[in-house]
Amino acid sequence: MTRQVLSLVPELSIITWSPFVGALLIMFTARHRPRAVRWIAAVTTGISAALSVWIYAAYDQDTAGFQFYEKVPLVPPLGISYELGADGISLLMVLLTSIIIVAGVFASWTVTVRSQEFYALLLALVTGVYGVFVSLDLFVLFLFYELAVLPMYLLIGIWGSTGEVRPRGIFAWAFRETGVGTKEYAAMKLTLYLLFGSAFILVGILSLYVNAGAASFSFLDFEATAFPRTLQRWVFFAFYVGFGILAGIWPLHTWSPDGHASAPTAVSMLHAGVLMKLGAYGVVRVGMGLLPEGAADLAWLVGTVACINIVYGALSSMAQTDLKYVIAYSSVSHMGIVMLGAATLTGAGLNGSVFQMFAHGVMTGLFFALVGLVYEKTHSREIGKMGGFGRTMPGIATAFTIGGLSSLGLPATAGFVAELLTFLGAWRSAHRWWLFPAVAGTFLTAVYVLRVAKQIFWGPPSSHFHDLQDARGPEWVALVVLVFVLVLFGMVPGLAIAPVDTATIPLLARIVSP
Amino acid sequence: MAPSVWLPLLVLGLPFVAFVLLAVVAPLRRVGPRAGLVSIGAIALAFGAAVTVWTEGFVSETTWAWIPADGGPIATVGLLVDPLSNAMLVLVTLVSLLVQIYSLAYLGDERPASLGRYYTYQSLFAFSMLGLVLAPGFLQMFVFWELVGLCSYLLIGYWYERPAAARAAVKAFWITKLGDVGFIIGIVLLWSATGTFEFTDLFEKAQEHALAIPGLPTIMFLIYLGAVGKSAQFPLHVWLPDAMEGPTPVSALIHAATMVTAGVFMVTRTEPLFALVPEVLTLIAWVGAFTALLAATMACVETDIKRVLAYSTISQLGYMMAAAGAGAAFAGFLHLLTHGLFKALLFLAAGAVIHAVGTNDIFRMGGLFRAMPQTGIVFVVGTLALAGVPPLAGFYSKEAVLGGVWEAHLTGPFLMLALTVLLTAFYMFRVVFIAFFGRAHAAADPHEAPWLMRGPLWVLAALTVLVGVRMALGGAEGHEETPAWLAPLSVGLALVGFALAWAMYQRRAIDPARIAAALAPIDYLARRRYGLDALYAGLYRGFILGFSRLVGWIDRYLVDGVLNVLTALTLRGGDALRRIQSGRAQDYVYGVAFGLLLLIVGAQLWR
Repeated sequence: MTRQVLSLVPELSIITWSPFVGALLIMFTARHRPRAVRWIAAVTTGISAALSVWIYAAYDQDTAGFQFYEKVPLVPPLGISYELGADGISLLMVLLTSIIIVAGVFASWTVTVRSQEFYALLLALVTGVYGVFVSLDLFVLFLFYELAVLPMYLLIGIWGSTGEVRPRGIFAWAFRETGVGTKEYAAMKLTLYLLFGSAFILVGILSLYVNAGAASFSFLDFEATAFPRTLQRWVFFAFYVGFGILAGIWPLHTWSPDGHASAPTAVSMLHAGVLMKLGAYGVVRVGMGLLPEGAADLAWLVGTVACINIVYGALSSMAQTDLKYVIAYSSVSHMGIVMLGAATLTGAGLNGSVFQMFAHGVMTGLFFALVGLVYEKTHSREIGKMGGFGRTMPGIATAFTIGGLSSLGLPATAGFVAELLTFLGAWRSAHRWWLFPAVAGTFLTAVYVLRVAKQIFWGPPSSHFHDLQDARGPEWVALVVLVFVLVLFGMVPGLAIAPVDTATIPLLARIVSP
Repeated sequence: MAPSVWLPLLVLGLPFVAFVLLAVVAPLRRVGPRAGLVSIGAIALAFGAAVTVWTEGFVSETTWAWIPADGGPIATVGLLVDPLSNAMLVLVTLVSLLVQIYSLAYLGDERPASLGRYYTYQSLFAFSMLGLVLAPGFLQMFVFWELVGLCSYLLIGYWYERPAAARAAVKAFWITKLGDVGFIIGIVLLWSATGTFEFTDLFEKAQEHALAIPGLPTIMFLIYLGAVGKSAQFPLHVWLPDAMEGPTPVSALIHAATMVTAGVFMVTRTEPLFALVPEVLTLIAWVGAFTALLAATMACVETDIKRVLAYSTISQLGYMMAAAGAGAAFAGFLHLLTHGLFKALLFLAAGAVIHAVGTNDIFRMGGLFRAMPQTGIVFVVGTLALAGVPPLAGFYSKEAVLGGVWEAHLTGPFLMLALTVLLTAFYMFRVVFIAFFGRAHAAADPHEAPWLMRGPLWVLAALTVLVGVRMALGGAEGHEETPAWLAPLSVGLALVGFALAWAMYQRRAIDPARIAAALAPIDYLARRRYGLDALYAGLYRGFILGFSRLVGWIDRYLVDGVLNVLTALTLRGGDALRRIQSGRAQDYVYGVAFGLLLLIVGAQLWR
């Protein structure tokens, strides 16, 4: 491993902390000034976004490896340091985060209740997300990880919305006692579930730390250590479960539909769009990156569960009558593609996996922005009541259709390239049959997406709603940006694949020939 | 860049530019007719360029990297210009151009914004189909293949507020997507085995006998499934008749030049690969011939003029596929080209009729020949061509198809196709006699369509005749090989069909009801579309939706249920343990004493 060159300008730190500074500014200077709150949020996330586009373009693909390197020792005796760096995979994830948060800030423009706290928490959360993607010190990475997860509890618990779930079946009594369907339930479930996962991650990190000689938490040092195979196997399993919960792996996914459905628009966007990627990123970066043999031994499990995710998520999505749940379950299905691509342990599959993280992030961000808009105009999430909205909200209908097409893997949208690469990888993997559930998933996606689009936007106008309007003003920003990105990366996939490829090749080389 | 590259690129690029312009510049789109002019202008220029490409006989291949990977790109995009694609370019741009001009009048009453949307889709449709035609590899073909499907979905559902149109659009997408599942799996498998998507690489390997990969028949069969969906072969043909819910010019486009021709084109394009798998070819021929016959029987009992034409398209697609399956892909492709001309003609003429009388039901028309002689003449020209009467275009290509199938010793398919010739003449003249002759309905006051609609009709009619005459004089390739008795046989069969239609619907010498009674089982089944639609509907509702409800229930009440049970038990446990903290000192002392006792007893036992 080549020595890392320190970056002259701390680009990654600025990207990471700019939203946090924004959060502080909002809390201390912009109290009760809603306009200022929004502008601070827009500007601070805008800085991050501009810089992430800049580093994305400035990344030297020939040198590859971790660039924009920063290192400041924090606790030298324990080997903890503030160490940042980005390679092709992290760059794409940083870019995704920037796109989603900028869109999310504009999508929340109309939040009226306690908007300064809302924005402050949202921005603090984003700092956590950025931090995870660029941290090279696993201890710091874990801190950022928690920072990204915890504000969710408040964001959903306070600004969320409550749905209705009827207690049924043999466990109906438990549903009554736990209050399934309420936003408080969803917030608690999500937080507890993710913290449960964190416990696995922490155990995994500490065991690596101890086994590597307890001298450093640095990813680069761990990478240079060859861990014994048995250790690799169970630590990989711990990472898989811990990070995998956040990535929505079956059967530990049930926090996600409830959480996403109850969360306010921007939080759903961020959570499904970016936070679920934290989980997948963790599995790929920390799990596969540090434990190549463990990953190779457990790939069968990861891929098989991913196939269940794809089909099961799509079928569950089809069964939903609440628009937000449809989108939430579609995330469960699409994250299956991400995990499947990674599990194939092939170049095409892994590129597809990372590309799908990006594609799904943008797509689901778009979906939740749209669902938020529809909800705001109709105050309903019941698909059955809706109909014929295409006439009154053509812009929203168009954006929804494009998102849906990306979701079902239509060419010229980002979703297609991601799925194609995953398919190619699946057939070249050790478990060829993975291809079939994956392709079946795209067909099922076509069924439920078009069915929902037809029900909401097509057909005669519904009699339940009157005076509906299309998106207006700042609401357009999120839609236009996200649709543009989705189509751009679908038409020119090289934009993303080229840098990602520089990161996946060395990663795979370690797994295939350890 | 050589003209053999940039000119085809221009053909492809012009509709794309028009599409982007209309899609992005909303004010332009919202003034409907002007948006139409942008689209028409682009496609007219593209048509000019396509004609040049065709007459110059350009041949070139250019590829650019699309999806990068270490060690060369995984996928490329580019242009494959050869006689096959050149002919298709002309057909696609010609039909698109005429359809777009025609639509200007046909959809003149639409809201301007809707009309703008229509032309946006039209441009995208033309672009997608041209991209498919020029594709140098399977992947690009699949990309545009899907885009073509998308455009059909959007245009079939153009009147999206009509529930029937919405249903038909979604159905078309789903059914063709079902075929595409096979297609994409086939492509992935082929790539895994050969490491390339490019046609030229694959053809070279096929020639050098380097394609002896295990499972090639399966792979080619899977790829063929894509064509089954797109080109409406049995059993995935059910979407096409429903696609009639779209505006009539859209039907003309879908049936003549885009969408359904994609499957036939794909099989023709990759013929060297299919030639390696004779068992799949035989299957293709049988399915094609069966589709031709099945669709023809359904056309005989249909009363909706557009649906009759839709079934006739399915039937003719069967011919094309049968030819491809018989190893006479060129004959099939020839039939595709001639069929494109006269089917566009028939649909546009039917559109003029519908425009005039306001109904699709042929039994509510009648005597239209007198009221709209021009439309009547061109419709009859189209009918004669479709029925395979010399010297019109359809005759020669159908001859070539029948000859090819005969030469391949596929007796079964040949007989089915021959019977279909009779039925084709019958059902087409049935429409002609009922709608254009017969007694006029007093209520309706039909009038000739405006010149914007008549113009394209005459162009297509003239081309149908001219191409036929040209073939008669020049003797089309592939035509010479057919046995001498074939032409008289097929013309004879067509005449029988004509005579039957005349006797039943013009002279009324034979009562149609009696024929129907004599063929009761077929009549019964054909009217119910052989139960296939019901079968799919049942599978969709019962299997997919039912299964999804089951999974949804399991997820909510079992998978999540277990979690909630754990939560509830934890809550109860906490609740129960909370009572220990009673706040009374005595309780705590009891507790301490009890604990101590346990420890002592335990320590004793442990030892």
